[in-house]
Amino acid sequence: MRGMIATLAKRVSGAALAGLMMAGAATAQEETIKVGILHSLSGTMAISETTLKDVMLMLVEQQNAKGGLLGKKLEAVVVDPASDWPLFAEKARELISVNGVSAVFGCWTSVSRKSVLPVFEELNSILFYPVQYEGEESQRNVFYTGAAPNQQAIPAVDYLMNDEGVERWVLAGTDYVYPRTTNKILEAYLQSKGVAAEDIMINYTPFGHSDWQTIVSDIKAFGSAGKKTAVVSTINGDANVPFYKELGNQGVKAEDIPVVAFSVGEEELAGLDTAPLVGHLTAWNYFQSVDTPENAEFIAAWKEFTKNPDRVTNDPMEAHVIGFNMWVKAVEKAGTTDTDAVIDAIIGVSVPNLTGGYSAMMPNHHITKPVLIGEIQADGQMETVWETTGLVVGDEWSDYLPDSKDLIADWRAPMSCGNFNVATGKCGGKGMN
Amino acid sequence: MTVLRVLLVLIGLVLSGVSGAFADDDAIRATIGRFAESKNFRDTEEVVRALGASGDVRVERALSALSDGNLSFRKADKAVFIALEKGQTATLFDPLTGDAAGEEPKGGFTKIKVNNSLRRTIRDVISGLTLASPDPVVRLAAARTMFIAPDAGNLEALDAAIAKETVASVKTALETARASTILVSDAADAAKLEAVAFLGKRGDRDTLSLLTGFAARAQGEVQAAAQRAIDDINATLALWDVGQNVWYGISLGSVLLLAAIGLAITFGVMGVINMAHGEMVMIGAYTTFVVQSVIRTSYPWLFDWSLTIALPLAFLVAGAVGLALERGIIRFLYGRPLETLLATWGVSLILQQAVRTIFGPTNQEVGNPSWMSGGFQIGQLALTWNRLWIVVFALAVFGLLLYVFKRTAWGLQMRAVTANRRMASSMGIRTPWIDAFTFALGSGIAGIAGVALSQIDNVSPNLGQGYIIDSFMVVVFGGVGNLWGTLVGAFSLGIVNKFLEPYAGAVLGKILVLVLIILFIQKRPRGLFALKGRSVEA
Repeated sequence: MRGMIATLAKRVSGAALAGLMMAGAATAQEETIKVGILHSLSGTMAISETTLKDVMLMLVEQQNAKGGLLGKKLEAVVVDPASDWPLFAEKARELISVNGVSAVFGCWTSVSRKSVLPVFEELNSILFYPVQYEGEESQRNVFYTGAAPNQQAIPAVDYLMNDEGVERWVLAGTDYVYPRTTNKILEAYLQSKGVAAEDIMINYTPFGHSDWQTIVSDIKAFGSAGKKTAVVSTINGDANVPFYKELGNQGVKAEDIPVVAFSVGEEELAGLDTAPLVGHLTAWNYFQSVDTPENAEFIAAWKEFTKNPDRVTNDPMEAHVIGFNMWVKAVEKAGTTDTDAVIDAIIGVSVPNLTGGYSAMMPNHHITKPVLIGEIQADGQMETVWETTGLVVGDEWSDYLPDSKDLIADWRAPMSCGNFNVATGKCGGKGMN
Repeated sequence: MTVLRVLLVLIGLVLSGVSGAFADDDAIRATIGRFAESKNFRDTEEVVRALGASGDVRVERALSALSDGNLSFRKADKAVFIALEKGQTATLFDPLTGDAAGEEPKGGFTKIKVNNSLRRTIRDVISGLTLASPDPVVRLAAARTMFIAPDAGNLEALDAAIAKETVASVKTALETARASTILVSDAADAAKLEAVAFLGKRGDRDTLSLLTGFAARAQGEVQAAAQRAIDDINATLALWDVGQNVWYGISLGSVLLLAAIGLAITFGVMGVINMAHGEMVMIGAYTTFVVQSVIRTSYPWLFDWSLTIALPLAFLVAGAVGLALERGIIRFLYGRPLETLLATWGVSLILQQAVRTIFGPTNQEVGNPSWMSGGFQIGQLALTWNRLWIVVFALAVFGLLLYVFKRTAWGLQMRAVTANRRMASSMGIRTPWIDAFTFALGSGIAGIAGVALSQIDNVSPNLGQGYIIDSFMVVVFGGVGNLWGTLVGAFSLGIVNKFLEPYAGAVLGKILVLVLIILFIQKRPRGLFALKGRSVEA
């Protein structure tokens, strides 16, 4: 009997202690504003996403040094979805429900974004997505700070067509949703510009493809038809290194058949001897080599934060910088971190980007960006060879695809719709809400 | 102001081509100096053309430097130099004479930007200047450029060069360039027909490209002749393509063989389902990276030997990890394949994350030594050096392994233990140690495969994952427990894959190969070369 009472007492005191601790945690929660970081730190995507986690930590630290937000300190909550798409949804739920974050910055691949969409919608939270993507989507709870196809792919093709006189096109990509959709848009665009179907070759390879011999020699064969040929590459991640090595070894020179890549940034080139690649092109909205005071300051801060003078910066990092600053501004404007208030307040917010201009959040939840075409240099950096004169507004529904050219997105009242069909005058033309 | 006017006059002189073969230095220097003033690529291109018009061979130095991105101007006084940057300093050279001009911090210089079309212009201009060079190699390069990018204006220069040429190979190249130039000129149809016939005999891709472009413009008899030549070339190329495909297949097969050969020992001979096999390959690749970084920082002249140095080290490192794995985990799990599979899978994840923590998640740069870069042609067959060396290396490793197995006492003991463990044990063989060292050997071989694969693939923590499925496929297909089976399996899978790829695409090709293997295993569950008799233990 005595034993039982003792255990009971222990249990009660234990529970009380736990209660106290929870209360303590609750007060701590009130003092900070939590920011969720949802990037893979292990698995295949860790190569790209780890950097984005670091840049977010740096931004939070910088904001706190400036005195925080609404008089509170920011607190970063980092989770690791381990390159596992369903785990992204679970971790997003954990961030929002368990940790109570005000906004989440995260995802890289489109499939991970698609996996977390229903969670953000259900729990009504905010996601900032920093990577260039295939478009054909606009969701109330998501802000797309990366490039839509018209902010990257189409200007790049225009450059090749007008400045390099390219008439024959190889669209090479990894076999998943981003390259497939982008190539569909590009094919429609090229045909609308009068390129014949036999002058377009489309080729898909699996993730992590490492034997490029056949494809590179196919490209060489395709390029020997007496017309200037270029490769538009949506090849993703790891597969790029062996692709470029094979190009170099088979003697495909940028002067003869240039390759313009949409997924190759400074970070990817860091693992590569770039001497044979000099002159191949990339299209982004930011390059580390851009010579502006904002960029110099950012690079210096980044090198200091990572304590590594060799670390490079890239486009998705800039997207996070813009997204984070927009969110901070919107929260200040709304005076609260409440999701609905922030979603309303952020439209029209404009913040300086790192290339010397201002990026603004548009009603379709995409932002305005300059488009830069760069040539790869021997030191692994890109040299800007062409840029748009002004900023380009992200176009979520492509004008070149027959089933989405009538759609627009506008999340302001009274429309508040991600896929309004201007032909039928109704919300809900295609895709999810 | 007066300086500017003098400049303009000089430029006008250069542009109008008044200056002879050797324009005076000051004029050329002034033209080169204009690079610092150019605001866009069009300005730069004008300067390049002006330099070309000077007709002075010495401008080639500045133009080549510009094309390589080594031409810069000093911000302070806009003087143009060839600047080789290293770290924070730039070593300067005079753009005209190439004399050293000291070292300065690179922050004081702005690089003159080039793009692809500018590089093409430079290439054409240089070829025009160097056609009369005393060095036959330079003349050959010039002729080759004129062949690929023909310009009707070059015809007279080419005729003159052909008349003077004494080296046979250069003469042929010049005649080829002349033929391609005639096709773009407004020469008579008879001359064009002759040119088409001449080019048709070459039968390579560049000619095909030229003739296809020409056929689209030409009319009548000339067009028909060009079309016939195109068809001929296509027919020849189709034959070469078969050979090319076989080579690609052999090359892919050699990569598969390298990845699988270690597994052929651990899985094939010992029967251990080692899911961490791919990570042994990765460890080998990272060893290469470490060796190369040490060489880069301390002994740069050794770089071409880096792979030779990395080979034994990779074998030892991966072998040691394998030994630890066998002693620490696998030996407790013999005869329990499912547990082995799960345990080694766990180990593979641990190894991946460990490497990610130590070296970071990004790809590491592993350079190709000079003897493994580039390629060469045999007829219309394009071979690349790195692939060729990997084929040779894979076969050498295979031969070595075969020797160890068939001709050494250790190999005999390994085979004895595999064939009948208890009998071998009764004969006095220390079976646990044989197990441990056989596993270490398999892992070590995977390590040296990693050295080779670092030359063609990413060196990242995921390197091994990409090869593990293929490796198992090769070993199972070739027949478990048989090294020759692994060899034949690897090469046949490689070749089948490469013959399917052009028709089915890379994605579908891979699926088809998997389906074929499944069907094959249904028919012959023990693979291509099944071990017979009592040696089949489990």
